Amino acid sequence: MTGPLTETRAPAPAPAPETGATVIEARGLTRRFGDLIAVDDLDLDVSRGEVFGFLGPNGAGKSTLIRMLVGLLAPSAGSARVLGLEIPAQAERLRARLGYMTQRFSLYDDLSVEENLEFAAEVFGLERHLRHRRIEETLAEYELEDRRRQRPAHLSGGWRQRVALAAATIHRPELLFLDEPTAGVDPDNRRRFWDKIFELAAEGATVLVSTHYMDEAVRCHRLCVVRDGRAVAVGAPVVLTEALRGRVLQLIAVPVEEAIPALRSLPSVVSVTQLGRRVHVLLGPGLDAEREAPSLIAQLGRTGVLCREARTAEPNLEDVFVALLAGESLDRRATGVTGVTGAAGEGGEDGAR
Amino acid sequence: MTRTGRRFLDRLPALDKVLSFLQGPRFRSAVRRVRSVARKEVRQLRRDRLTLGFIVGVPAAQLLLFGYAIEQDVRDVATALVDHSSTSITRRIVGQLEATQTFDFVAWPPDEAAARSLLEAGEVRAVVVIPAGFTRAFHRGRGAEISVLVDATDPTLARAVRASAEGLAERHNRNLATAVDGDLLRAPPLRNRFGVQAELVHPQFLELTVLDLYNPELRTALFVVPALLGVILTTTMIMMTALSLVRERERGTFEFLIATPVSRMELMAGKIAPYIVIGFLQVVIVVVTGLWLFRVPVEGSLLDLAVASLVFIAANLTLGLVISATAASQFQATQVSFFFFLPSVLLSGFMFPFEAMPAPARWLGELLPLTHFIRLCRGILLRGSSLLDQPGELAAMALFTAVGFAAAARLFRKRLG
Repeated sequence: MTGPLTETRAPAPAPAPETGATVIEARGLTRRFGDLIAVDDLDLDVSRGEVFGFLGPNGAGKSTLIRMLVGLLAPSAGSARVLGLEIPAQAERLRARLGYMTQRFSLYDDLSVEENLEFAAEVFGLERHLRHRRIEETLAEYELEDRRRQRPAHLSGGWRQRVALAAATIHRPELLFLDEPTAGVDPDNRRRFWDKIFELAAEGATVLVSTHYMDEAVRCHRLCVVRDGRAVAVGAPVVLTEALRGRVLQLIAVPVEEAIPALRSLPSVVSVTQLGRRVHVLLGPGLDAEREAPSLIAQLGRTGVLCREARTAEPNLEDVFVALLAGESLDRRATGVTGVTGAAGEGGEDGAR
Repeated sequence: MTRTGRRFLDRLPALDKVLSFLQGPRFRSAVRRVRSVARKEVRQLRRDRLTLGFIVGVPAAQLLLFGYAIEQDVRDVATALVDHSSTSITRRIVGQLEATQTFDFVAWPPDEAAARSLLEAGEVRAVVVIPAGFTRAFHRGRGAEISVLVDATDPTLARAVRASAEGLAERHNRNLATAVDGDLLRAPPLRNRFGVQAELVHPQFLELTVLDLYNPELRTALFVVPALLGVILTTTMIMMTALSLVRERERGTFEFLIATPVSRMELMAGKIAPYIVIGFLQVVIVVVTGLWLFRVPVEGSLLDLAVASLVFIAANLTLGLVISATAASQFQATQVSFFFFLPSVLLSGFMFPFEAMPAPARWLGELLPLTHFIRLCRGILLRGSSLLDQPGELAAMALFTAVGFAAAARLFRKRLG
């Protein structure tokens, strides 16, 4: 059985600069909206220079968490220090040192790209001589020169997000909060957006980014998986996937449409995902894919499914996510599988596509 | 030296701090942020054609509407004449009634029943009935009665008809007072089942002198334009600021804005600054148009008018900010604004004379900045009085502004949720 995954520094993909200082420290952070608990007793430690991800489904509390850390929302309980200042009491003193890119586009659609940047530069207090230079630099850096006179309303999603990031970083903040910055952006633009995030991190900024894309989450130095307002796992992506090592089996079975429900009905199976011709199977905790394979194939055979190929495979972040998120809803499977971390619930079938 | 005096002196270093703050870099950057918010606001406004039209068009449209179309002087009331006497005397009296311009004879029904059905159908608003024995009674100098029936559903119209008819009777009597001793025209009170109230014409030898000051021609426009200036400023100023912050909230830009170092005071100052200029623009439009179209005089000083306008604009802007800080949507902000417009228009003395209202309505009216501005404005424009002649009015508006700003500052938070 794997232990809690909340320790260790990130070894991949690019090592975080070893500056080490804690930038964000949250203890027992909680926010309620009436009866709804959006963020529930959450602890967080983020070091300088990290690209730190929040991974979670919609409504998991990622935005609420970010808004509290930015100081726009008062916590119902708990405390947080950001850049050494108490949140939300001292939030105003933080403003010039923070960059915040909201989930919903929050620049002015009736101002041009350049005017938006100008406004951002002014309100963030850049001196006149610096302001002009910085705006030109930023326009160049984000390849926005040809679009400077356009209004964000007329730009595509990817470009809009780029403008938003440009505005959020125009004052070169030490700490950058990005709330689902690539939602609705095409893969190519998403990739370029993330290249930009790592450039900013390389320049010394600490970046907190929320996402529900696995391919983005896996790029973070460290990751916090959020479910129902709780941090169910914290760690480097590889550490998180490592916890599932040996539990993943990939099969080629015919007919596949019968194989999937058959696999899902098995108590040892946590989730089933079809990947083209292959069926990706995550087994319950403590189980070993290699050892389980023969009995699995036999059980499939009894339902008339022929298994042509079976081999173990690397667990991916989606397996982690599924295992964590399926959590408490798993009771009906009654297998008593334990989750990946102490806090996590149990694996379940919900993650299967 | 008293203890409070010494304490005051001890506080003086704080004053030094204030002064050095005003010259320091922090104040400069605050000013810069206010300016950037104001500039952003102006840029957005310039691109919002509809709102721009609203700012310029509303003063012009309201001025024309109230000045011309809704002129309150009643004229050419469609009237039916029932003349059972029909002599040169009655024709002369009818001619005199027509000459008042109040009556416009459009129907000549044979009898009163026919006339009443015309009234009932709304084809005429008044009926003049001259009985058969009128000419004989007129010559006899006694009991000559003309009755005027008027549709009193519109009290303004009814009052105008009454005044006109009574005025004629009175003039007649005065002219004949030396020659004829006795009643000339008499109309008995009539009631009928149509709910049409009969007006009576009392011939009396009364000395009734009305001396009209400031508006000798009793022109409505003169009375309306200064008040209209206040009404226009109220509607546009409150609405603009009420929408401004809520709009940011609705469009999502609020979240960007409050995550910047702009403080709430800076934000509010930057938001209202452009509207102060716009308010002055509207004052110029209304005063110039009033002068040009309706010959509204500017008896007092323009500086006084400017100061009064400034305080009044500020009062409305802070109220708009209060609405903006509390409303959840632009729709709500609009509703709350209208909730304020209605009493402003009704209770400020714009629609009805302040003196004619019951006491509670007057108290409410005193709470409205528009009431005070209308008084100031009529004084300055029509009577040539100065601000210092009516210090209470200016003080009341200033107090409203201070309370409004404090409330807005209290209610407005750089927070979500």
